[in-house]
Amino acid sequence: METLGNLADGFAVALTWQNMALALMGCFLGTIMGALPGLGPSNGVAILIPLAFTLGLGPTPSLILLTSVYYGAMYGGRISSILLNIPGDEPAMMTCLDGYPMAQQGRAGEALALSGVASFVGAFFATWGLVLLAPQLVKVALLFGPAEYFALFALAFATLGGISSTNQAKAAFAAALGLGLAMIGVDTQTGVPRFTFGEVHLYDGIDFLVAIVGLFALSEVFVFLEHRGTDRDISTKPHVEIGSIVPSWKLLGHCTPTMLRTTVLGFVAGVLPGAGASLGSFISYSMEKRLVDRKGLTFGKGDPRGVAAPEAGNNAAAGGALVPMLALGVPGSGTTAVLLAVLLSLNITPGPLLFTQNPDVVWGLIAALFIGNFMLLAMNIPMVGLFTRVLLVPPRILMPIVAMVSFVGIYGISGSSFDLMVMVGFGLMGWVLRKLDVPLVPVILGTLLGNEMEVNLRRAVNISDGDYTVLVSSWLTIGLWTIAVVGFLAPVLFGGLIRRRMRMARDEEGSLSD
Amino acid sequence: MNFRTIRHGMLAAVIVATAPIAVVAQDFTPESPECIAPANPGGGWDFTCRQVGKALQDLDLIPSTMQVVNLSGGGGGVAFAEVVNKRNSEDDLVVAASSATATRLAQNAYPGNTADQVRWLGAVGADYGVIAVAADSDIQTLPDLMDAIKEDPASVAIGGGSAVGGWDHLKVLIAAKEAGIDDVRSVKYIAFAGGGEAVTQLLAGSLQGFTGDLSEAQGFVESGDIRVIALLAPERLGGEFADLPTAREQGIDAIGANWRGFYGPGGMSDAAYDYWVDRIDTLYDSDEWQKIMEANGLAPLDLQGAEFEAFVEESIQEIEDLSREIGIVQ
Repeated sequence: METLGNLADGFAVALTWQNMALALMGCFLGTIMGALPGLGPSNGVAILIPLAFTLGLGPTPSLILLTSVYYGAMYGGRISSILLNIPGDEPAMMTCLDGYPMAQQGRAGEALALSGVASFVGAFFATWGLVLLAPQLVKVALLFGPAEYFALFALAFATLGGISSTNQAKAAFAAALGLGLAMIGVDTQTGVPRFTFGEVHLYDGIDFLVAIVGLFALSEVFVFLEHRGTDRDISTKPHVEIGSIVPSWKLLGHCTPTMLRTTVLGFVAGVLPGAGASLGSFISYSMEKRLVDRKGLTFGKGDPRGVAAPEAGNNAAAGGALVPMLALGVPGSGTTAVLLAVLLSLNITPGPLLFTQNPDVVWGLIAALFIGNFMLLAMNIPMVGLFTRVLLVPPRILMPIVAMVSFVGIYGISGSSFDLMVMVGFGLMGWVLRKLDVPLVPVILGTLLGNEMEVNLRRAVNISDGDYTVLVSSWLTIGLWTIAVVGFLAPVLFGGLIRRRMRMARDEEGSLSD
Repeated sequence: MNFRTIRHGMLAAVIVATAPIAVVAQDFTPESPECIAPANPGGGWDFTCRQVGKALQDLDLIPSTMQVVNLSGGGGGVAFAEVVNKRNSEDDLVVAASSATATRLAQNAYPGNTADQVRWLGAVGADYGVIAVAADSDIQTLPDLMDAIKEDPASVAIGGGSAVGGWDHLKVLIAAKEAGIDDVRSVKYIAFAGGGEAVTQLLAGSLQGFTGDLSEAQGFVESGDIRVIALLAPERLGGEFADLPTAREQGIDAIGANWRGFYGPGGMSDAAYDYWVDRIDTLYDSDEWQKIMEANGLAPLDLQGAEFEAFVEESIQEIEDLSREIGIVQ
């Protein structure tokens, strides 16, 4: 097969000592950057661009270094999610939901190792998808016009209830809050500033990273401060068990179907420009929950499948996002936007002709992704023991470090003290929301996806001259809306019915065993 | 892709005119040269800073490494305000700017700030605008597209990578105005997050036209997926772009260049101003920079010092008039 021949050539390009060393360095730095709250894959890549330039690297080695950082950060994001309940980057947010409960139950090692394997599975198969399907997948991206995107984001919001098992109304409130925050900034469809109060810092809207670090990391610090002296945390935390650091085959087997399903979902989400890894991990988690945990009994309470799903999903999305970047020159996520800029500066024009004009770059890069992926797996499993030591650090030492890293990280990105104030504001908001038992994840999702959802609705309606029927004008939109409506209504309508059936079934079983 | 021939043809006069500025006494040397990129890493401004900084150092035009500081926010407004309010008298500082900066200044999108609060140093190149359609479109020329808009404005949606009122939008309006469309507000413009996204939607059939920079469209032109119906340059470009028809030769006298360049603080000393103008001018004429321009699809725009200042002033005036017409500026 021609593709495999190309891939073999790619390995020939990638398998030099220099490139291997760069991949190793990239994977390591990426993992650390991913794990630090505030530094995500896109900043990690951006920070290392000068390094690639200073070393005078050619196009292929530069890309190998930077994509290793990208993949590494996607792996690393889960570490702080699981250990500290603070997502290391946006896509790792969903991993908090089941990863942190697992850590609290003394299964941190297991959760880290399992998520490492899930990340590997997601990234590995997504890279194969990139190899085999890139040219065809571009056509999928072309099926998505504004109306289809709107339906897709509506689907994401319709299944939102799935992620918060406790109180649907609170989840809806949190999502509405996020949507409201997404409206801040200059509206691109009219050029008019909204809710900016004449403050130029707000013209670009709220930076997701600032919001995430504030909501998750700082609010954690505030909660700690509140309980200072009551030694609630101090007495319990050091006794946290790390547990086994190698997941059992049984557990892996149990999670395999989940990983495979979410890999596909995540990959498709990654391929769609604008949707990206966050949507990938989110849809993966909520769909998986719908599928294997209909009653809402285990997800959110430390179900290993709830760790495997978003991790396989977001790593698969990272691979998927490279498809439109390489084949269309259109970034599928924030990080690929940065990578795209690097390509341009290296005198490589991404686009439909990249595969034919620069085959060595493309296939060398893909081969490097495979190599980096194996390196990351090999690096991450043994290091689980090291990572988990974080849990043994007493909170009175850990929390100041979290606060410091948050402030330094955010200031390092934007260089603006205004963002620090916004971050503290979000920290306070997160603290209040925690007290009210309102879930934080929907707030971020509302902010993250709300903007895209609004913009695509307005693009669609603008193109059709105010005719709202455009929203259901294609089979794809009708299909997406159907899933959205069913996904939203099914639990509401049949939830009671299923519960009753379950109770009846249990009663019958009970009577039989008597 | 050889721009040098055009450069010689088109801008020889400008080069001659700027030459005297290059001969200034070297009584200023920056201690720690710094470039503010008013955006996050990875954007156009960031790369202007990094590439110019690297080239200046490689050519030994500056004594030490150019430190690049990212100060994002407000579409460049945060950096502009910072320079005006807090760093007004610094001599070591330059800030990356582009047509987007001029557009925002013209539309008062940097609240309380105006173009005369800073000193405009020089341009390092320009990215000419294009108007394109999908390869299978019935529309063959720019007048075809404009006629379609005149006939039924609702039937033609044109997408671009900037917000409404942004430079991509204005470029198509400049062309529409020249083509005799009196109410430019009837031109339907759909804003996307970037040129690439807009081209994708053009290929997907959601849009009938695309407006953007040549560098954004380059890959798709080469692959034959889209057809450029008008290049918004004064005359045809050389090399691989020689086939692209200009708007002017189709009877629509529209020019739209997305320039890239720098400004410095308003209180910068004359010695420092001359120093930076001279450095940018020397850089621009170097072979190294010509290669970088070629690699990035930048076309010639060799304006430094006083001429650049006049150029920026003029384009701000033009944008302000147009923005008033479409209702962005009251």
